[in-house]
Amino acid sequence: MAKYGRMRTPLYEQHQSLGGKFIDFGGWELPVQYSGIIEEHETVRTTAGLFDVSHMGEIEVKGPDALNVVQKLVTGDAAKLRDNQVLYSLMCYDDGGVVDDLLIYRYTASHFLLVVNAANIDKDYSWVLEHAPTTTTVENLSASYAQLALQGPQAEEILQQLTPFPLEKIPFFYFVPSVVISGHFALVSRTGYTGEDGFEIYTSPEAAPFVWEKILKAGRPLGLLPIGLGARDTLRLEANLPLYGNELSPEITPLEAGLSAFVKFSKGEFIGRSALQLQKEMGIPRELLGFTMLERGIPRSTYPVTVGGDRVGHVASGGYSPSLKQNIGLALIARGKVAEGGNLAVIVRDKPIAARRIPLPFYRKRYKRK
Amino acid sequence: MNVPQQLVYSREHEWVKIDGDRATIGITDYAQGSLGDIVFVELPAEGDKVKAGVGFGVVESVKAASDLYCPISGTVVAANHALLDNPQLLNTDPYTNWIIAVAISDHGELAHLLTPEQYAELIK
Repeated sequence: MAKYGRMRTPLYEQHQSLGGKFIDFGGWELPVQYSGIIEEHETVRTTAGLFDVSHMGEIEVKGPDALNVVQKLVTGDAAKLRDNQVLYSLMCYDDGGVVDDLLIYRYTASHFLLVVNAANIDKDYSWVLEHAPTTTTVENLSASYAQLALQGPQAEEILQQLTPFPLEKIPFFYFVPSVVISGHFALVSRTGYTGEDGFEIYTSPEAAPFVWEKILKAGRPLGLLPIGLGARDTLRLEANLPLYGNELSPEITPLEAGLSAFVKFSKGEFIGRSALQLQKEMGIPRELLGFTMLERGIPRSTYPVTVGGDRVGHVASGGYSPSLKQNIGLALIARGKVAEGGNLAVIVRDKPIAARRIPLPFYRKRYKRK
Repeated sequence: MNVPQQLVYSREHEWVKIDGDRATIGITDYAQGSLGDIVFVELPAEGDKVKAGVGFGVVESVKAASDLYCPISGTVVAANHALLDNPQLLNTDPYTNWIIAVAISDHGELAHLLTPEQYAELIK
């Protein structure tokens, strides 16, 4: 795959004909919006939206030692997974910094699919390969999969029109490897990146345009809209779902990013474990906190954050929240500087603008848990 | 794309309405469409000096912040404070919802602005 070229998903023509406004996203030409970010955001919260996330990467790990390989690579406990279950987890370096965050799909104990961030595909593939014994095959299948996300309270009702498979039987964070959608096989999981109920649908690149159009057509009467990357970002920020590059990076540990629940020290050895254990014992130096702006101004990623005039960190992600109708953000700052409800300031174009720490998440997730 | 005939334009997608020594400035329909949903506007104070080609304010959409470049030099005589609470007015009607009015200090600069025909060509 060309690293600097303009990469297009199999749905490029669909985005064009829908009036998508394209941006470059890590080398991918993807729509940032169609009708408008706020309208798209609200549609996902109230009805449903359809996203093209084909840029995401898929890495297959297969072989008798597959479970051990995955266990060594990730901070979560993949041994607790049942067949057809999905786990959100992180891969760390030895020093505890994050290689990537990912979804782990377990077919069986000897067959896993890792779904990784688009910008990290090459890096992750090399990393997994490097830590796999010869008995394990590791394949980068990213070019063989297109991925759609259908998200929102009406997602199930819409998708059910196109498949005989009873979708209510897929619990939260489970998947079915071959659901027939309008005559095409797809892997369907009840997962997402919006804080709403919904599905992620993996098809062949050839079938993707057909499945995309069928879903849009089935959902239109209910108000379904195609959704661009702009609303994907505002939706995930409200739900406090981390974005690699903002809340996670090689310089930020999962403990600092508030993801301690996803680091299972009890499971045994994994890459980064001793560094994270040490950090936990010595005291986690930074914390990720949520804030809302008290004065006019929009916090953006990298803007400095101060408390009592001292610089304590920076904004990891920030922006206008269409659901809260406030300017909100996540700040990565020195631990213990601001109590819940306490004040901080975001430096917007050289001026300190007042903000207040508020509890996370900004928006309460509405997953369909059994 | 709406490009009204009675206005002149900058290459940075601002419109200018000339009324004697007073210039009223806003952003074009093309600009608001490119920016997307506008959620924040930062205005200069009345009495501030502004200079052609230099930033005089900021508009922010959901996605990003963009500087507003002044098409002509002068002194700010009015700023549209209605935009502070309702920045989306720039999306709904960018030609009615002006941003600032300036007392023009150098009429010569007007020669650098674009006619409606030239601007329509620029955004084609």
